[in-house]
Amino acid sequence: MNATPNIAARRPLTLSEKLLEVDWGLIILITLAACAGFAMLYSIAGGHLRPWAGPQIVRFAAGLLILVAAAMIDIRVWMGLAYPAYGVAFLLLLVVQSMGHVGLGAQRWIDLGPLQIQPSELMKISLVLALARYLHGLTVEDISRPVKLLVPLVMIAAPAVLVLLQPNLGTAIILVADGCSLLFLAGLSWRWIVPALGAVAASIPVAWEFMHDYQRQRVLTFLDPSSDALGAGWNITQAKIAIGSGGFSGKGFLQGTQSRLNFLPEKETDFIFTTLGEEFGFAGSIALLILFGLIIVYGIRIAMASRSQFGRLVAMGVTLNFFFYIMINGLMVMGLIPVVGIPMPLVSYGGSAMMTVMFGFGLLMSVHVHRQVEIPLRSAGLI
Amino acid sequence: MPLFDRKDKSRYATFSRRTLLAAGGMTGIFAVLAGRLYQLQILDFDQFMTEAEENRINERLLAPARGRILDRFAVELANDRRNYRVLLTAEQATGGISESLDAIGRLIEISDARRKKILREIAQNKPFVPITVVENLNWEAFSRLSLNLPYLPGVQLDVGETRAYPFADELSHIVGYVAAVSEEDRKNGNDPLLSLPDFRVGKRGIEKEFDEEIRGQAGVSRVEVNAYGRVIRELSRDPGTPGQDVYLTIDQDVQKFAAERLGGESAACAVMDVETGDVIALVSSPGFDPNLFNVGISTAEWNALTDNDHKPLLNKVLSGTYPPGSTFKPVTALAALDAGVAVPGYTVFCSGVYTFGNHQFHCWKRGGHGTLDLRGALKHSCDVFFYETARRVGIDKLEQTAHALGLGKVTGIELPGERAGVIPGREWKRKTLHAAWQQGETLIAGIGQGYVLLTPLQLCMLTARIASGRAVSPRLVHSVGAHARPHRAAPRLPFSDDALAAVRSGMDGVTNEPGGTAYAWRINEAGFEMAGKTGTAQVRRITKAERATGVMKNEHLPWRLRDHALFIAYAPVEKPRYACAILVEHGAVAAHPQVQMARDILLYTQKKDPLRIPPAYPVTAAANTTGRG
Repeated sequence: MNATPNIAARRPLTLSEKLLEVDWGLIILITLAACAGFAMLYSIAGGHLRPWAGPQIVRFAAGLLILVAAAMIDIRVWMGLAYPAYGVAFLLLLVVQSMGHVGLGAQRWIDLGPLQIQPSELMKISLVLALARYLHGLTVEDISRPVKLLVPLVMIAAPAVLVLLQPNLGTAIILVADGCSLLFLAGLSWRWIVPALGAVAASIPVAWEFMHDYQRQRVLTFLDPSSDALGAGWNITQAKIAIGSGGFSGKGFLQGTQSRLNFLPEKETDFIFTTLGEEFGFAGSIALLILFGLIIVYGIRIAMASRSQFGRLVAMGVTLNFFFYIMINGLMVMGLIPVVGIPMPLVSYGGSAMMTVMFGFGLLMSVHVHRQVEIPLRSAGLI
Repeated sequence: MPLFDRKDKSRYATFSRRTLLAAGGMTGIFAVLAGRLYQLQILDFDQFMTEAEENRINERLLAPARGRILDRFAVELANDRRNYRVLLTAEQATGGISESLDAIGRLIEISDARRKKILREIAQNKPFVPITVVENLNWEAFSRLSLNLPYLPGVQLDVGETRAYPFADELSHIVGYVAAVSEEDRKNGNDPLLSLPDFRVGKRGIEKEFDEEIRGQAGVSRVEVNAYGRVIRELSRDPGTPGQDVYLTIDQDVQKFAAERLGGESAACAVMDVETGDVIALVSSPGFDPNLFNVGISTAEWNALTDNDHKPLLNKVLSGTYPPGSTFKPVTALAALDAGVAVPGYTVFCSGVYTFGNHQFHCWKRGGHGTLDLRGALKHSCDVFFYETARRVGIDKLEQTAHALGLGKVTGIELPGERAGVIPGREWKRKTLHAAWQQGETLIAGIGQGYVLLTPLQLCMLTARIASGRAVSPRLVHSVGAHARPHRAAPRLPFSDDALAAVRSGMDGVTNEPGGTAYAWRINEAGFEMAGKTGTAQVRRITKAERATGVMKNEHLPWRLRDHALFIAYAPVEKPRYACAILVEHGAVAAHPQVQMARDILLYTQKKDPLRIPPAYPVTAAANTTGRG
């Protein structure tokens, strides 16, 4: 795919050239992972496309279109859209905070009739874009200057706090993780990083004070699931039973008793991985992790090949965002961290997360397609 | 190259280093995830597999079919009958639960109390659990409902099994009944069946005594359930072991006849095979309908049973103890013969009153019997003869003889609640009353009054023993399942044939010779004659003043002050086969109803002669049962 060096430097690519530049290997990996999700959704519905697998396939197809479409747009355009997008996402967050639809005890949605917008999902992408744009304009030395550092910290903290107030701890964590990892990748000095990590550790007791009861309960039951085996500990206990009872090769497709008999809570969304573990066992679970790992390797390669700092940061931001989903969801369903509402990307049922992830991959692909584009330090992007 | 190229180079170097670090971190996390999967799915697989199976599989107890209770000719005395029920499943009642109940209510009656109970049960259970609306429907109501079933959403008709006692009152005290499991039953038993909500356990009679055998072993249905407990499918079914049938020695024909013959009297009757002790009939009257207890007895019905002065709940045959009165005289006679007091030529003169110390003991016949030998004393039931004879025999010998005849202790019949009665003696009095034996008490004991208390069943056994000369004990249960219960041939009594023959001769005189106390009510069909002994048990104390003015006739007294009437008899006289004892509470009137009852029952029994008909026991006459020649 690197057959035509520096073409972008000379002239813009045509649309057909861009389509040829799309890395179809990555798209195949993404599709494979999504297919694992379709299979699981089909299985937990007792061997039916309804109610989950069918809509999910449609959404994924739409997501693929979005991916390719996003990939066709020049990264300088995305750079130009970064701040406006961030602004819009932030405003929407404010809107849900004041009047949003309350779903699952948390204010997360804007209901526009047929379309439901989850501003926190929008914010994940916007934050990556905006931070990448901001950090693009800084030298390595600039980043560690307090005045320069304050801006990105506010950019991260403001939406994170709003999301936390919804309350949506999982997304807030991901926003902070996305943002901080971009600062880290851009070269934030260890003189800042080490004390910051120390401060985080010290603030855990303070965070406890600000937690909602249900969040505290989750932490407590995580520490001792048997204390509430039929209540809040049920999720963790049943998820571990489902995964563990899969053994090496699993119970077989459509044979998972835990999910089929409804022992698993939220089996089609956050806990879908447990069904995979139950029906396809260790082999199937590891296979999915390897698939995810390969997608991440693709993401890193794309980032490293980009000739612009903006491209690199966007590529890694999107890749790390994808990784954080996997990490938090994986650790959660296996009972290693308390339950937070984070789906398994590409696999869990749900429109919002699917769109976010696919749009993120679209940006990643755009970076890949436009890897030869060089952007001046002071550039504000196109538009 | 643009101006910023040098700076971007340093940024790129930093970015590459940091990306490598991040990649390392991500690899680490992936290793943690993979390690955790390895731990859960490979190392702890067995444990989680077990837990998943436990989640999925629910073991449900299946109540085994309860064994039947049958008589000697395999007539079913207790069985399971079909119980037509109406069930309502809340989640299927699409029109609403109240509407469904209204719709049912238009076809069959549902009381308001019942309706409240149903609504409460529905609220307490998951919506897919069927709730019983009405049970024990008759066929007509049941078919009316099934016709309308399409218009009754959520309603299911179901045929269950329930315990039934086809002969109701006639056998209530033998068969007993089953009822819901009580807290106490659960505490004492560890059978998992006791926890089943609709399970019934034996509470009385054979149902209680043989509950374990009749109950059977629980079956198990392994079903797959989902997280809400809804059954998805049955994986396997072990129907359990049905309960065993219990075969009684009873002949339901005789039982029925005897029960009818006792009528509404507060009475007890036992009929027994004199050779084996097999109980042919055992009636305590009045009885009650055991079916009431199975479905749940109402307060009014319960009160009617407990308030009744005829005590229908008491099994008078073996839980009621009565002074035997003159029916005890054969025991005193046998003691006198055995002790060498009543030697040939032994006579006693009766003047109607017997003076002992400064006490006067009266004969029932004012004016006395004159000179009587032992045979005449039995025939006329002379009290004075037995005062004198008892005095000569002494309480020790009398007590020993009674014990040898099996009195003063339980007979061991296979029914709960049997009482031992009392055969008094020096030791007994010292222990229970902490007083020394008075000789005057020996005299009273000699005519079966005072401390002596016997059950009608003991009297029947006594009669069988005298008639056969064998120490027979009553047996009610022949076999359980296909196994005959061990039953040894009764050994000979420790009395000489002559002594026993002398007592039998006296009892023959009672019924078959003019002047005998029961001659008027004898059986005078040739070959069926009975020999017997009458008895009256005093209920009230007769004062000296009353005796002076003439003892009040029982007919002139209120029912509860009248004396108890007793009669023991065996038949036929020549080669005895059946023994019978009858007690009629407060029945001592001139018409001697108890003798008439015994006469009719013994005649009926002999004419049918159940011992001659081969029984229908599921075992061929086992070696350890007594064969008849």
